[in-house]
Amino acid sequence: MWFVKNMITRKNLMALTGLFLAFFLIIHLLGNLQLLLPDEVAREQYNWYSHLLAGNIVIEIIAIVLYACILLHLADAIYLTIRGRKVSGNYRLDKRARASTWYSRNMMFLGAVIFAFLVIHFKDFWYQYKFGTLPLDEKGHKDLYTLVVTAFGQLWYVIVYIIAIIALGYHMLHGVFSAHRTLGLYHPVYNRIVRTAGVVFSVAMTFGYAVIPIVIYIKQPL
Amino acid sequence: MDIVLKIWRQKDQDSTGKLETYTLEEVNPDMSFLEMLDTLNHNLVKQGERAIEFDHDCREGICGQCGMMIDGIAHGPLKHTTTCQLHMRSFCDGQTIQIEPFRAEAFPVIRDLKVDRSAFDRIIASGGYVSVDTGQAPEANSIPIAHHDAEAAFDAAVCIGCGACVASCKNASASLFTAAKISQMTRLPQGREEAGTRVTRMVRQMESEDFGHCTNTEACEVECPQAISVLHIARMNYEYNRAGIFFNKA
Ligand code: HEM
Ligand code: FES
Repeated sequence: MWFVKNMITRKNLMALTGLFLAFFLIIHLLGNLQLLLPDEVAREQYNWYSHLLAGNIVIEIIAIVLYACILLHLADAIYLTIRGRKVSGNYRLDKRARASTWYSRNMMFLGAVIFAFLVIHFKDFWYQYKFGTLPLDEKGHKDLYTLVVTAFGQLWYVIVYIIAIIALGYHMLHGVFSAHRTLGLYHPVYNRIVRTAGVVFSVAMTFGYAVIPIVIYIKQPL
Repeated sequence: MDIVLKIWRQKDQDSTGKLETYTLEEVNPDMSFLEMLDTLNHNLVKQGERAIEFDHDCREGICGQCGMMIDGIAHGPLKHTTTCQLHMRSFCDGQTIQIEPFRAEAFPVIRDLKVDRSAFDRIIASGGYVSVDTGQAPEANSIPIAHHDAEAAFDAAVCIGCGACVASCKNASASLFTAAKISQMTRLPQGREEAGTRVTRMVRQMESEDFGHCTNTEACEVECPQAISVLHIARMNYEYNRAGIFFNKA
């Protein structure tokens, strides 16, 4: 879509891809909450679950849509942010910030943090699972569980995750309602509903994702 | 009260401007901000210096001419006011006040605090009208309009085109202005007919004028002298998407 100059079309794409990513977060969270089951059950079940996903053609297609969404969202983010910077003025004294939330003004910064995190996340888990050589568990499934638990045994790794998850939470705190506006939801009542739902959703996702590394870190045998 | 003013001076569109410092004594707190600038200009002219140029017309908050950035905020510290409706009592004795023109790629500085906002006119000209047959004025009540529709159209029509939305936007987007101009017509049955063409043309014109996109930060509504709702922007997006989906563009 790089050739589309029209900004509303661009933002529609941004909103749709963003909402798809946000929807994906729910599924991804539900799957990964299995990491918090009691140790032995968790290992078996989580590895089985990963194996199930990896071999499924429907999941494979959804994964490709997901990668496309990330790339399109990223491309639009870069295009719109650069254009916005270019056409806006530089004030010597600028107090415009008083009229809006800091996270709505810094979507690109928050997005960049998320993207940096995604690179780490893909490299350490996705790449390892797909192309690395992981030991097998008793059932003959790749032992992703041990890889994840070992990673979250390191404090710095947990901290990196928490920072990224908070950035993601703020990104969606603005993103979810903004996307609906972009797509043309103009009625004040529905706007209030969507705004509240967006806050609930963002807070729930932030806590849900933050809990996993923290609990694993605390639970690890010393 | 005595005040210190740091004001942007720029000779013309092509020269680089800079901030100049002036002091003004015995300012009456009940003066409007523009009267304060008049007083300063009076002193400057007496000293043989070039007066500071700024736009103004009605001085009663309805024409939208008096846009300027006061202490980093469009139309100064009060929310929902124009510069001409801002009074010196909103500032303290001894305060330093910094004044800059509205800045955006689409609003080139003409001189000092004056900017060229004709991009707005071109957006209106591109589609901000309702086509009617000429001749006798039609009977006013032949098209029934619900009271709340008339009110909603009027809420959008109160836009005075000052440009504070553009100046306050991190992307210099003219979305609030354009959306208000679209809503004011599209909410009425007479304007409904051309809704698809109108929104498409006005949005395209807005983009070709180097205004940015809308991030929905909502700063524009906060600083708008008329507190025009950002929901008009969502309505513009809706109309634009609808025109696109139903091939109703032009
Ligand atoms: C899982 C990850 C992500 C989710 C769930 C997400 C979600 C969203 C949503 C829903 C929006 C609102 C769209 C709109 O205003 O119409 C948005 C906007 C935005 N996103 Fe993301 N996003 C993600 C990742 C990223 C990344 C990696 C970047 C950039 C590197 C990014 C940059 C942006 C920017 C700059 C905006 C604001 C666009 C504007 O100026 O209006 N996002 N995001
Ligand atoms: S001079 Fe007309 S609105 Fe201020």
